[in-house]
Amino acid sequence: MFKAHLLSWILWFPLLGIILVWFVPRDKVRLIKWITFLALLFDLVLSCVLLKDFNFAESGFQFVEKANWIELINAKYFLGVDGISVLFVPLSVLVSVLCVLISWDSIKYRVKEFYLCLLFTNIAMVGVFCALDLFLFYVFWEAMLIPLYLIIGIWGGPRRIYATLKFFLYTFFGSIFMFVAILYLFIKTGTFDYLELSRHSFPIEVEKLLFLGFAFAFAVKIPMWPVHTWLPDAHTEAPTAGSVILAGILIKIGAYGLLRFCLPLFPHASLYFSKLILILSVIAIIYGGLACLAQEDLKRLIAYSSVSHMGFVTLGIFSFNPVAIKGAILQMINHGIVTGALFMCVGIIYDRTKTRQISYYGGLASTMPFYAALFMIFTLASIGLPGTNGFVGEFMILLGTFLKCKAIVFFAALGVIIGAAYMLWLYQRVFFQNVSENVKNLPGLKFNEIAAVLPMVFFVFLIGLYPKVVLAFMDTSVKALLLYLK
Amino acid sequence: MGAEIKIIIAAIPILPLLASVITLILGRRFFKEASFVLPVLGILISFFFSLFVLSQVLHGKTFEFDLFAWIVSDSLKVGFGFLIDSLSIMMVCMVLSLSLLIHIYSIGYMEGDPGFYRFFAYISLFTFSMLALVMSNNLLQLYLGWEAVGLCSYLLIGFWYEKKSAADAAKKAFIVNRIGDFGFALGIFLLFSAVGGLYYHQVFDNLPLIQGKTISFLGIKWSLPFLISFLLFMGAMGKSAQVPLHVWLPDAMEGPTPVSALIHAATMVTAGVFMVARLHPLYLISPGALELVALTGTFTCFMAATIAPTQFDIKRVIAYSTLSQLGYMFMACGVGAFAAGMFHLFTHAYFKALLFLAAGSVIHAFHHAPDPNDIRIMGGLRKYMPYTFFTFLIGALALSGFPGFSGFFSKEGILISAYLSPYPWGKLVWLVGVFVAFLTSFYSFRLVFVVFFGEFRGGSIFHGEKPHESPLVMVIPLMLISVGAIFAGYLDIPGFLKSTLAHEPVHPHHGEHFFQNLLALIAGLSGILVAWWVYIKNPELKELFPRKFPGIYRFLYNKWWFDEVYHEVIVKPVLFLSRRLVVGFSDLFVIEGIVNGSARVVGGIAGAFRRVHTGIVNHYAVFTLIGIIIYLLVFFYLK
Amino acid sequence: MIPFSYYVILAITLIFIGIFGMVFRRNLIVMCACIEIVINALIVLFAAISYFHRDTTGYIVVFFLIAMAAAEAAVGLTLIVLLYKKQRAIHSEEVSELKG
Repeated sequence: MFKAHLLSWILWFPLLGIILVWFVPRDKVRLIKWITFLALLFDLVLSCVLLKDFNFAESGFQFVEKANWIELINAKYFLGVDGISVLFVPLSVLVSVLCVLISWDSIKYRVKEFYLCLLFTNIAMVGVFCALDLFLFYVFWEAMLIPLYLIIGIWGGPRRIYATLKFFLYTFFGSIFMFVAILYLFIKTGTFDYLELSRHSFPIEVEKLLFLGFAFAFAVKIPMWPVHTWLPDAHTEAPTAGSVILAGILIKIGAYGLLRFCLPLFPHASLYFSKLILILSVIAIIYGGLACLAQEDLKRLIAYSSVSHMGFVTLGIFSFNPVAIKGAILQMINHGIVTGALFMCVGIIYDRTKTRQISYYGGLASTMPFYAALFMIFTLASIGLPGTNGFVGEFMILLGTFLKCKAIVFFAALGVIIGAAYMLWLYQRVFFQNVSENVKNLPGLKFNEIAAVLPMVFFVFLIGLYPKVVLAFMDTSVKALLLYLK
Repeated sequence: MGAEIKIIIAAIPILPLLASVITLILGRRFFKEASFVLPVLGILISFFFSLFVLSQVLHGKTFEFDLFAWIVSDSLKVGFGFLIDSLSIMMVCMVLSLSLLIHIYSIGYMEGDPGFYRFFAYISLFTFSMLALVMSNNLLQLYLGWEAVGLCSYLLIGFWYEKKSAADAAKKAFIVNRIGDFGFALGIFLLFSAVGGLYYHQVFDNLPLIQGKTISFLGIKWSLPFLISFLLFMGAMGKSAQVPLHVWLPDAMEGPTPVSALIHAATMVTAGVFMVARLHPLYLISPGALELVALTGTFTCFMAATIAPTQFDIKRVIAYSTLSQLGYMFMACGVGAFAAGMFHLFTHAYFKALLFLAAGSVIHAFHHAPDPNDIRIMGGLRKYMPYTFFTFLIGALALSGFPGFSGFFSKEGILISAYLSPYPWGKLVWLVGVFVAFLTSFYSFRLVFVVFFGEFRGGSIFHGEKPHESPLVMVIPLMLISVGAIFAGYLDIPGFLKSTLAHEPVHPHHGEHFFQNLLALIAGLSGILVAWWVYIKNPELKELFPRKFPGIYRFLYNKWWFDEVYHEVIVKPVLFLSRRLVVGFSDLFVIEGIVNGSARVVGGIAGAFRRVHTGIVNHYAVFTLIGIIIYLLVFFYLK
Repeated sequence: MIPFSYYVILAITLIFIGIFGMVFRRNLIVMCACIEIVINALIVLFAAISYFHRDTTGYIVVFFLIAMAAAEAAVGLTLIVLLYKKQRAIHSEEVSELKG
């Protein structure tokens, strides 16, 4: 009973938290935080059980649950995970747990609503990664927007209204095309079932259009160049937890969607458009890197670096090489960990100084040595130093892509140089040189902040030194995925 | 191969790593002034282990095994592993012996520094990285060590990060190295796609697969072995500071002097030479790449030797000399004499570390001067710092290739190999090598004479007092290293390496080719003589060159304008591209223009329609009615 | 027996009275009442149809409509009372929050 419905348990357990928090009076702030934290923590334990029981040898979907939902349109409650999605379930929950920790003291008003939003986000995030019914997927996909819209719009920075509007309209505009494509699929085949759909094939012209519909929605979410401009604004204005969820999970969903839906459902179109997407990816890598060099705002810089890093992910996916695809999935996880952690780190000093201007800081390494060390670790992971997780992902992507197209890798590797330049320059301006008057008396890290960041350090090195713990999950599923493209 | 020896080999790099991590975590709160204990202890044990392994290797054994699998995915399989043969154990022993002595030296040198614990943690981490690099049995772990030593170098150059120049130099070192590593990474990809594996034995076994093949890359047709060797050599150019990626090394002297000795003279910067020697079968099948290596080495060797005599910063002079000597090593590799190159690497490590540490001892004495590195405030130190003087002199003699000192044997080896090499560029390499031998001894003895002879010129800084000799904890390592600097040349390193570097085309023996040996010797001695003539006998002569050839002098003094040209040609355009084109024009104007423009169009249309919304409910009722009527009409008429 | 057409005419008349009130009266309570009139017209119509067609479906709809009308009147009046409390306004012209 428990095992068979494990995914539902993970998916809906935060609902219990929502109900409990709902009935707590709004001034009992500590109780609200603890309920949210424990609910998500238990959810994390459940998702670890999921990892433990996952069968590596099985290439298809596991923990499948299927029930009729809306019979009129043949939509089903259809959940399942395979090697590609299984890792994102615990990652989502982990990110949520850490978000509770990092916002422990930094959310000062409307606390109850904030934690309700977090719990709701968690349900939607997990749902997106488990749903195997296109209709269900779409529901979770759009449901994610609501809490994030609120998180940015209520607890965000000074320009939050502009940022939320842009964020919502951009992503919603993208999703519309996917919705049309889903409706078309339903009308033609009469089902939303992913497994049934993946057995259908369409005329190449239709397939191309459908691919574009899906890919556009995902491209906005990733975000690929040139539909990336919502990201810097949304990241910059969001509160720390919002940035972490955006960077950690939300933009991964786009890349996940490409892997889950575009490649198996429209293999011919994927091959047809692969050159285009490879080129867009390389542009994103270099363009994002160059844009980082010009930023004066900490969060904006890291946001643009996301554009660059996600360029690597799409590069890996569309090189159709098993090493590169695994590298891309790994890079998605890495990016979630590293960029999420960087946003947390920025949030930590933002809480103390209330500014994100790089020029405001200086010499932090002297006043906050432990914090500087943590930031250094994530900086190194972000620029892909061997031994950290960033290297393994980048290396596998570039190596795999190299076997397909050498020139593309040449330019993508240039992005790695730029990456080192902007991150180290950032680090120098914030942490080195003379101690700025503004940061002389900053208090050290609090317990909840350390607790939020340290797990990330652990994963940086675990995946960096022993990536097998992650790669082992995806072996068979990636192999199966590539069979569609033969 | 027993399990014990595996554990011992694995422990060699792991002990410094453990020491480093523990010191880094606990040092600030708990160890404080005792932070040096763990790293020194770790390296001491590792050193004894390495001597034990050396004894095994001397018995003709080699070891290769994987500790654990690192990245395994389909065709890509790489592990953390070790390959212990004569080449790597030589490097291991050299790195550990120097690292141990420099650790001990640093106890005195870094005393009282607020970052004491950090220094030892970093330098111990560096030792681990360097060992991981040289002991690796595959290219990817080499790359790991390669980047990790770069990181340690970054952290240690920027050790005094409050100084902007130090932070800048650290960043510059990392980024310039990244440019080299860009090529190195591409080389690894290309090698993998060509031979299907990254273990050395896989590479060497499959060399026939790539020999004579061509490949088109970026629209140009390349010879495959050449392209691979060239790309990998780009990494070596960055790490071993060869033109055009040499610009970071002189700036790296911002770091503490023991760091300059260990990282930027003896070990890390020689990683490029080691890599070329490690992959020598690959280079040997590509004469084009060998030529490139030789010419790059020759040019760097010459260029650095011309800059060194014009500098006034004691560490920078030695840094340029390092560049020049690294050039020698690449010259040797480029003519196929890998053992000679490695021999020079070995001796150079000792005498150059010695020079740096002795210079550090001088700087330590001058530490409250505004610029303690400036040789113009020194002079006559022979009397006040006798031990420092003798050790520095030994280093300078070894560097100049004075007979009987270590540098003599290795440099002669390189020159003779170049002269005898079957490659057509061998003679050119030899000729430049002989000329640079003259310059080398000239600038080294310029230092000796200016710093240790003549009158003491720093009176105003010392308020009439005299500089003191450094404490024993610094002097004793100096003496131990000077033993190495003298006698390292008597070891038969080329013979020892023969088992690994067996593919060499020539094996010159000492004593033959008397005339060529003599010429090099005369070049070296005359350099000392000229330095003595200019700086002791007729001091007014030293103004002659700047006065007669101001253009050339400025050109050399400003290091051939490399930094300035890079700033104009690379840094500025990239920043322009990023600020004006990418962010200013493309992002904010074009893309945001389209996005916000479409929003404005929609907003404009909506503005026209908003007049309909009067806010009075009755009007809405009228519109509803009209809507129903229109619907009914359409419904009935179109039916 | 009253013929079916009479019911239809009654319903149409009521509907037009309701719409007339909706459009021309400015008092919100009266407008609310006018909506009720329109709903009542529909109720009459459904009941008549059901009766003449000997089909009970119409009656069922009638019950739904009565319940719905009651609910709607309750909600509408509540809103109006709240509005009056807040703004002291009962005329639709005085309330133009929705003005674009």
